[in-house]
Amino acid sequence: MTVATLLRVHELTKKFGGLTAVDAVSFDVPEGGIVGLIGPNGAGKTTIFNLITGVYKPTSGSIEFRGKSIVDLEPFRIADMGITRTFQNIRLFKNLSVFDNVLTACHLNANYSFAEAILRLPRFRAQEKLLMTKAENLLDIMGLLGYKDLIASNLPYGLQRRLEIVRALALNPSLLLLDEPAAGMNPDETEQLMRLIARIRNDFKLSVLVIEHHMDLIMGVCEHIVVLNFGEKIAQGSADEVSKNPQVIEAYLGTSEEAADA
Amino acid sequence: MDWTYIQGILMLAGINMIAVLGLSLLTGFTGLFSFGHAGFMAIGAYVGAWISASPTSTPAGLGLPFVLAIVGGGVAAGAVSYFIGRISLNLKGDYFCIATLGFGEAIRLIFNNVNRFGGARGWPGVPGKSTFLAILVADVVAVLFLANLVKSRHGRNMIAVREEELAAQIAGIDVFRYKMLSLIISAVYAGVAGVFFAHYMTFIQPKMFSLTKSTELTIIVIFGGLGSISGSVLGALVLTALPEILRTFEMWRLVFYGAAVILIMVSRPKGLMGGMELTPSGIRKMVAERNALREAKARLLAEAQGGEEE
Repeated sequence: MTVATLLRVHELTKKFGGLTAVDAVSFDVPEGGIVGLIGPNGAGKTTIFNLITGVYKPTSGSIEFRGKSIVDLEPFRIADMGITRTFQNIRLFKNLSVFDNVLTACHLNANYSFAEAILRLPRFRAQEKLLMTKAENLLDIMGLLGYKDLIASNLPYGLQRRLEIVRALALNPSLLLLDEPAAGMNPDETEQLMRLIARIRNDFKLSVLVIEHHMDLIMGVCEHIVVLNFGEKIAQGSADEVSKNPQVIEAYLGTSEEAADA
Repeated sequence: MDWTYIQGILMLAGINMIAVLGLSLLTGFTGLFSFGHAGFMAIGAYVGAWISASPTSTPAGLGLPFVLAIVGGGVAAGAVSYFIGRISLNLKGDYFCIATLGFGEAIRLIFNNVNRFGGARGWPGVPGKSTFLAILVADVVAVLFLANLVKSRHGRNMIAVREEELAAQIAGIDVFRYKMLSLIISAVYAGVAGVFFAHYMTFIQPKMFSLTKSTELTIIVIFGGLGSISGSVLGALVLTALPEILRTFEMWRLVFYGAAVILIMVSRPKGLMGGMELTPSGIRKMVAERNALREAKARLLAEAQGGEEE
């Protein structure tokens, strides 16, 4: 069985002054796959997200999406190509309603011009109607339609995270990056989220790269796991392989000596 | 108080309103503060005066129709804003604000020293072509243009930039482009306001476009409420008329003006309108948001109580 590679990260390195945050990391995300990116705090996971989405420029190495290099592209162009993400510290459009958050992100589905908008020409009105329907459908599928008119900052924490995912989906991405989607969630909510991620992958036919500390979630939903420590990749493989890898155990729990000290 | 006097105040408020609406797009909807919009007004005023003033007056103009002056003043301000934007829009937050402050003062000092346009002595003899009707029409066009803009995907993208720049980028919004678009539109508005101002006063002088004027425009936008077109309209009317109403206080007039602004800002920190619109759809939206909040609270409370009973 051959599965096409959607995203290929090769020898990716990012240095901040003297600090090497990401050191020659390579991994692939296959079409339709769910890949987990794990590692202790400060291992460089979020930096990799920032590199993939164009927020940072890599010091060296390459990132290819569908065989094309995206290293020199600006973030909005990368989003245009179909890569989008959520943030570790939620970044919603706080003062806008839940509906408007999603509606704004739907903008790539319309192409009416500036003049058409000002003059409210038929194409503007037709496309706006489509955008509204799309936003409403997305909210409905993701169970947020009941909160449609609520100002985003008034949403409960867990739902804010979910809204961020809905907003990302509004861009019709083919690769969704989730940065600690289960942070601050209880086991129940984490369980729900796990099922949600699997469902999104199937329903929206996309690939997911997820950073997470909740091992239940990672082990439960990821087909492939990449483990980082101090910016370097120390292991990769299936959940089983990774959890038995001595280096991974050491990175998370320390060596026996250190463990005794702690 | 006779009608001419009231009409005069209304005309001045209407002229201010054009500039304020433009600044409202930049500050209220795109989240960029500017303390240099008097500079764009000055460019509009001088270019407009130059186009419409008679060739025989000193300084000499081109003697062309008023409509061309409006177009010319707006285009000139917009063009200058493009260059300003290219060099300053990559600056973050407060730094952009300081750059605009420097720009506004620079423009004033340039006009102070260009004798072709009358220098510091000013330019008398600008034809008095700003009629009540012309200003009214301009205001209506300005409001409609802005209202249609902010309700489109282009306007929503600007609002997204204001709300959360990084998230906007990740959502595929070309942040720089939309900041630029917003700056240019706001500069065109200011330029057009400058043209009307010149043709209302019939005399312009660089010191009319000082930092005080820029600050006044920003104060009106904040006073009216960031992100509200109706707020900007109301703000322009109230704050232009207020100094006139306070004329009875004579030398204490500006003290009362300041006190009144502080009082309103303290009692309504989000400005008069606080992001709401005084339109049927704006009011519906406000009611829907309030109801949604109440429902959400009730739902969460019910869930919490349900959890305790288990």
